[in-house]
This record gives sequence, structure tokens and C-alpha cells, in this order.
Amino acid sequence: MGKRIGLEVSLSAAEAVKMADVDCIAAYPITPQTHIVEHLSELVNNGELDAEFIPVESEHSAMSVCAGIAAVGARAFTCTSSQGLALMNEIVHIVSSMRLPMVMILANRSLSAPISIWNDHTDVMSVRDCGWVQVFANNGQEVFDHVLFGYRVAESEKVMLPVMIHVDGFILTHVIEPVEFWETEQVERYLPEFKPVHALHPDRPVTMGCIAGPPIFSEVKVAQDEALIQSKSEIISAWKELGDIVGRNYKPIEGYKHEDAETLFITQGCFGETVSLAVDALRDEGKSVGLLMDRLWRPFPFEEFRQAVENAKSLIVIDRAISYGGQGGPLALDLRSALYKEKNEPIITNFICGLASRDVTIDDFKNIYNRSMEKIKVNPREEDFEYYGVRGK
Amino acid sequence: MAKTKTDLSWQELEIGGIVTNPGNAAEYKTGDWRSLRPVWDTKRCVKCGACYIFCPDAAIEETEEGYFEANLFHCKGCGICAHECPTQSITMVEEEE
Repeated sequence: MGKRIGLEVSLSAAEAVKMADVDCIAAYPITPQTHIVEHLSELVNNGELDAEFIPVESEHSAMSVCAGIAAVGARAFTCTSSQGLALMNEIVHIVSSMRLPMVMILANRSLSAPISIWNDHTDVMSVRDCGWVQVFANNGQEVFDHVLFGYRVAESEKVMLPVMIHVDGFILTHVIEPVEFWETEQVERYLPEFKPVHALHPDRPVTMGCIAGPPIFSEVKVAQDEALIQSKSEIISAWKELGDIVGRNYKPIEGYKHEDAETLFITQGCFGETVSLAVDALRDEGKSVGLLMDRLWRPFPFEEFRQAVENAKSLIVIDRAISYGGQGGPLALDLRSALYKEKNEPIITNFICGLASRDVTIDDFKNIYNRSMEKIKVNPREEDFEYYGVRGK
Repeated sequence: MAKTKTDLSWQELEIGGIVTNPGNAAEYKTGDWRSLRPVWDTKRCVKCGACYIFCPDAAIEETEEGYFEANLFHCKGCGICAHECPTQSITMVEEEE
């Protein structure tokens, strides 16, 4: 077992990147991601990490450099937030389409305007359809483990896709938590050397990212989508092996007191831990309630959700992003699709809250539960979703 | 004959749509973009080779007699050769159905 120390989550994330022995880091600082790259630049500068640190002039360049690093068969890392992600958006899509494995931590923060440096999932949802494997980490240990998991999955010959790790900005990136480091030997066992299927090399010339006209474009895109869908089995086996090595077991969806519950909260990211305390409080009041935390966002775990909600009568989906003009938050939309016409399809209520880090407390989640119970007694489709805690609503 | 790229199913493609055989753009027929075709008048042609040099697609070839003609598999009919010819010996004629 590795040493267990108290450390800011951003710093332990950087330490995990060091353990993954990356070859090159290209990043541009942006709140609340800054401490991660700052610490990595220190590690490179003081010789603890033998890697190139490229302080690029923008996030667009950061992702472009990472594309180049992965294309030559080296291990790339970057991280960003919000507007930085928006600026690199073009290359984010290109990297997954070109099947270039890498890991990016997204310190989740709202997209402007109005300007907000605080945490929600509006930046996450702006790249929902970018073709990356995407996972949510709920605490410092999960962030650490998922950096190593990320490279393991991304570089698997069966996957060859980039992996994005969602980490709530400030409420997770900036807190100090105990994190158990891995032993070097454990990392070596878990994460083999990166052997790309194709790499740019003068002896074996290939063309990457070339033009594809109408007769071939669809085939290339279907191959990409199939790769993401099929990556799930590799993701699950990478989690299993992680459990075998360090004893922490991860699943696409984590349940808490969910098996016998009539009503289930569904969350993504840090809110899961707060909701689990609300579940305890509601259980004390005799309410039949539980929690499912969505860890795997893309590929979406349809089967796992169908199984996990089999016995539930209703769901309370917590979204931290808006799908403007749509019928609710992105997580609720996917769940409605996943469960549509299922036998015993549960009634879904959807609450959008916690935008720009507005506090949603245990009592708030109890209120949300009560509000949901009222809604399902009448017609829950009358309003497909509700903004919780917004003045005037 | 090997399948051309446009015959491949999604399962048969290289990962990420990578092209592994260099220079295969030559296999791509761009001749069907053409609406005008260059025609040489060998009576006016002085064999200077300006058309050959200016062709952006390297679609002009020298004949045994030293005159020039377009490879119609690649020629897109852009007309640069006709524009550059110092003796106006190239005419762009309508492609007929």
C-alpha cells in the first residue's frame, strides 16, 4: 500500500500525472485548474518529472500540442476549465476523431456570460458530444486513481481514445483531502508502456487527419462512435484491475442505499457526497430513498442504469447545467431516453441547481425530495424540470 | 485489385481514418470535377512547357513528340494552363455529356 497523505486535490492530481510518467505537458493556466499545472511545472523544473513542459500561448495551442505529442506515440497531459475548454473546443473534437489517446482533467467551472469562475457542469456539457471517454471523480482519491485509469483506458489498443476526467472546480480541486498514493511497482503493473497503433515516424509514413469526402466520412465517424461504445468493456476491466491492485472498486454507477429504495437521487460529481448525507437524514425520517452517482458519462451506461433503477418508482435527477430551450438538464435527458418504454419505467423529476457553485445543502436536497414527491402526485410532465432555489421561480 | 478507400466498410478502415500508403492521392479521381477540358493546338504550340509547369495538379504530361496533353483522370479543368500559355495554343472546351 502506498503512503497516505493529506494534500490539496489539485496537487495530488499533479502527483498522479507524475506517477503516470507523462512525456509532455502542454497547458495554459485558468482558474480553477491553475494549481494542477502550476505543480506540474514545479515537478518538471526541479527534475522530479522527466517531461517537457510547454507553456503554450492559449488552450487552442495546448490541445494542438497534445495532439502532436500523442501522434508521435508519446504520453500527453493537459488540463483546463470553462473558457479554456471553449477555446480549445475545435481540437478537442479532432483529437477523439483522430483516435489520439491522452488524459485531460477538466476542473469544472461555468461558461460565461456572465463571467463566473465558480463550479458547475456547463463546461462539461459543452463537450458532451466530443467523442472522449468521460468520467466524473467525486473526491481526491478518485481523481488520483482516475489519472492512471485514464491512461490505461486511453492507450488500450481496443480503445485509442482520449479520456476526460471531470473534477468539480474549487469544491474539489481546492480542498485538502487524504489521498493514498500508489507504489511505483503498482503503477508499472497497471499502466504498461504506451504502444500506439500508428505513430508519426519517418520510417513508417502515415497521413493523419486527412480530408474525407461524402463517400467515406460516415464510415470514419461510425468507426469512431463504435470505438467509444465498445470502450465500455475495456473501462470496466480497467476498473476491475485497479481494484485488484489497490483495493478500490469503481463502477459506471455507484449506488448508496439504493437497492430497496422507492425513490433514487441521481447525481454527477461532488454533489453525490452531499446527497448521500441527505439520504441518511431522509432515511431517519422513514423515507424510502437512495442515491445513484453517475461516474461514467460517456459512453453512457444505459444498461447499468436500467438495472440500477429496476425497483425504483421515481427518480430525482440533479443537473448542474442547462440545455437551453430543451426539456431539462443533460443528465435527465439521457436518463429519460435510457428508460423510455422500460417495464416499470420510473417517473422522472429533474432539478437544475448549484449553478456557479451556489450552495445546495443537505436541507436543500431534503426540500428537493419533498418537492419531487409533490410533483409526482400530480402530473410530473407538466413541467419537465425545475430550477431549484432561483428567486422568482 | 485492392479495394479503394470508398469501398471500405467502417470495420475495414484504419483507426482514425489514417492513410497508411503515402502518395495515394494519385488514386483519387478529380477528373470528374471538370466542366471544361483543355485542348492543345499543336500548330501554335512552341513546346515551352509553361502549361506543364503551371498545372497545380501535375496533370499535364509530355508526349513523345514533345507536345503536352492533360491526364483527364486528374485534370479539374481549372484553365490555368490556357491562361498561362504564351502562344494561346490551349482552348478550354465544354465537356459534353
